[in-house]
Amino acid sequence: MVTNEIEQFLYAEAAMLDDGRYEEWLALFADDGRYWVPLQGSSQSEESKCNSIADEDKMMLALRIERLRAGIAPSQQPKSCMQHVLQRPMAVDEAFLNPAVSVLRTPFTYAESRGDDMVTLHGHYIHKLVRTEGVLQIALKRVNLVNASSRLPMIQLFP
Amino acid sequence: MSKEVFELEQRTLFSNTWIYLGHASQIPSPGDFFTLDVAGQPVLVLRDLGGEVRALHNRCAHKGAKIVTAESGRLEGRFLRCPYHAWAYRFDGELVSYPLKDGYECTQLRQSEAGLGLRPIAGFHIYRDFIFGRLSPEGVGFNDYFGDILQTIDLMVDRSPTGRLQIEGGVLRNVINCNWKLYLENINDSVHPVSAHESAVRAAQAVLKDLPADAPKPLAFEQILPFGQKYAFFEGSGGKVFPNGHSITGTRFSVHSGYGNMPEYVAALKAAHGEERATQILERSPQNCVLYPSLALKGSPQTIRVIRPIAVDKTVIEAWNFRTLDAPELLFDRALTYSRLVFSPMSVVAHDDIHLFEAQQSGLRSQATHWVSLHREFEPSELEETTRESSGTNELLLRNQHRAWARYTREDGREA
Repeated sequence: MVTNEIEQFLYAEAAMLDDGRYEEWLALFADDGRYWVPLQGSSQSEESKCNSIADEDKMMLALRIERLRAGIAPSQQPKSCMQHVLQRPMAVDEAFLNPAVSVLRTPFTYAESRGDDMVTLHGHYIHKLVRTEGVLQIALKRVNLVNASSRLPMIQLFP
Repeated sequence: MSKEVFELEQRTLFSNTWIYLGHASQIPSPGDFFTLDVAGQPVLVLRDLGGEVRALHNRCAHKGAKIVTAESGRLEGRFLRCPYHAWAYRFDGELVSYPLKDGYECTQLRQSEAGLGLRPIAGFHIYRDFIFGRLSPEGVGFNDYFGDILQTIDLMVDRSPTGRLQIEGGVLRNVINCNWKLYLENINDSVHPVSAHESAVRAAQAVLKDLPADAPKPLAFEQILPFGQKYAFFEGSGGKVFPNGHSITGTRFSVHSGYGNMPEYVAALKAAHGEERATQILERSPQNCVLYPSLALKGSPQTIRVIRPIAVDKTVIEAWNFRTLDAPELLFDRALTYSRLVFSPMSVVAHDDIHLFEAQQSGLRSQATHWVSLHREFEPSELEETTRESSGTNELLLRNQHRAWARYTREDGREA
């Protein structure tokens, strides 16, 4: 079952990105949280030795955010901006494994725009959410792109 | 900038020279195959039933359909069968069956072009499992074309005590809106990191500021931070050019030199290759080796990039990783991390590169002048085009590519 709290959490998370509130977004992650864009999309297992398009711990996310904040990156002239469009999340039943973790599947469309260029991506998220001292946190945000293995243009922000 | 020049390059340079097709470890068993385009033409590389690797034109002799449309996989059975009209071929390309045979009785099918079946690529050579092809029936021989740059492949392969590399971990594919030459030039352009990669390096430094000084740095940061070296570092790192456009940067040291080696691995290499050769292999971590015009090697993280021109202003770059067999898992982890950090479509290092290639592609539309400057450290004696050493920042590394370009884009196929 997806509670209203969880549903609103996911919408708010996407809105933080769309608004460029990166520090606030980063704070949603648990200390050992992971942001992962597997190269084989939804078919890649967590144990696989296949590479990833992105596989970031909190420090690497902080690096990305710092780079965007500093304003010296040539590739951010002009700046990129993004829009996530989410479908309602669906609970993925893994509760029998660990009742403390909520696993959600959320189909999305993502648009990243820079100047006159636009990159559009489609797929679904798998969020693993944990509760630490009463606060909901992201243990994993997995981005399963439908065309993960295709040739891709540069994706500068956070699908 | 010109579509006509791009078409000329496809007809000449990319047909007359030796293009990297793939690695034999991608097709370990009989029937295994992969497909690709070379100079805009569909090619099928497969392992036949006898275990031999072959490269065929991927085009049915009957009505021209591409026979194998999957990117890779294993062929069932003993024949290649066109799904359109069921013409079937042996894995060596020989036409073995086609329906309604009676209808061909009074024709000269067997004597015709179609009767020849699937044609092999005219030039084909495997060097230590690296598969190369040359589309033109005539042209420079494999060893004459690459010469001593092949030693950089040896350096990669011999990092394995048993001399074996295995492609693993998938391929990262980038599509970039620039001409392929801009990308290839940049591979041995050691002057750009100071300015172009400042944003990634400074961000890494800022994040690490909060860490205690003695805390071990994560692998990713170890790989990003060396991009922040100063000009003097890159100048001193050394370069070397070879005839036909090939080159090396980082002949003396490189951003990869600082990667540590495990004692047991060093011992295994010495046992396999002898003390002298093992030391040579471990100490040589060139920044990049360019096997003009389609392949770039990175010996220390054991990754390669393949340059696939799509259009005058569109290039696909593939990044592949090697598992170094009988060597520590850490080597493979370095390969995966490096290609993800630096060659992925989401790479914070590559974004600035790609932006700049695309900015060149649009900037060069300017009619202010038709010229770019590749003057740095020019000396008249370099016009002899022999193998020669240079600084790491000498634009000879780039001029050398364009001299090969001029030689191999001649329409009549003759060397200039």
